Amino acid sequence: MTYTWLYAIAPADTGTPPPDTPGGVAGEHPRTVGAGGLLALVGSVPAPDFDADLLQRRLRDPQWLEPAVRAHHRVVSATGGRALPVRFGTVYRDDDRVRALLTEHAEALRTALARVADRTEWGVKAYLDQARLDQARANEARTSGDAATDPGPGGPPDDRPGTAYLLRRRAARDRDTRDLADAAARARQVHLALTGLADRSTEHPPQPPEATGVRDPMLLNGAYLVHRSREAGFARAVRDLGEQHAPALRLELTGPWPPYSFVDLPTGDGAP
Amino acid sequence: MSAPDRYPPLPETDPGLRQRNVALVDLLDRVLAGGVVIAGEITLSVADVDLVRISLRALIASVSSLTAEPATEPTAEPAGEREWEP
Repeated sequence: MTYTWLYAIAPADTGTPPPDTPGGVAGEHPRTVGAGGLLALVGSVPAPDFDADLLQRRLRDPQWLEPAVRAHHRVVSATGGRALPVRFGTVYRDDDRVRALLTEHAEALRTALARVADRTEWGVKAYLDQARLDQARANEARTSGDAATDPGPGGPPDDRPGTAYLLRRRAARDRDTRDLADAAARARQVHLALTGLADRSTEHPPQPPEATGVRDPMLLNGAYLVHRSREAGFARAVRDLGEQHAPALRLELTGPWPPYSFVDLPTGDGAP
Repeated sequence: MSAPDRYPPLPETDPGLRQRNVALVDLLDRVLAGGVVIAGEITLSVADVDLVRISLRALIASVSSLTAEPATEPTAEPAGEREWEP
């Protein structure tokens, strides 16, 4: 016995997944179920493994979860960006219930599809670029003959090295605080500029250094829905903004993504 | 939810590991927290997914700490306490 895992919902003329479509969350070959002028991209998953209890438990198992998340994403991506991605972990008892869902929510789903039609999602992350900032500062100090690093007449007396050390530490801390505030303000500007170029935008919480392995603080984790005709311009804008805000900020562009972050249903139950 | 120390260790020598971690975190932001929410008969609740996201990030963190260079003193405040809220 199998259940039906739901990957995405697409317009009826999308066609069926080609044979070389990557396997789904259970290694199964994805297929489609049609109703209400829509196609659901689904997969048959073994019932006992995907019962509520077992599924909850497997979710806590990263060895299972990471490949499953990647498989879900691969199948969603295989639609060539024509589909509404469905939240990971949406499972039905059988295909008939999926057909019922398509029929029941046809209007809302079509509206949501129209909102993302011919558009893809792009991610832009901004980090404080501490290394380049320090490098730029060091270069500046060298070219200006070290005058910038001279503490001047207000500096500590030479006979009190402990005090000098503490003052240097405090100055460095103040500088870091200013750097972070400046970079954060720049990240806001980047987000506003990119929002102006996108149909819609949203922000994910910044990813902590512990999760990314990148020590520099992340100051923006933006998502932007961009029409295909404006993709090149958007990428160019990200590059230009990166140059404009260097060395304080480092920008990272990811995408194109299926429009995961822009699929709110106008009506219907369960919409966020 | 699972404690991070429960996770089996992953190989730490993979040169693409950091890049892969970053990509996975981006994916989690989208696949687990995005996508249209429709009620299935067997559906992970949003709260469950948040827990999962947190535990996966804990996993990534434990992997990152294996591969990170020797830590220097942090130069700025950590990027976001609000990260861990639903």
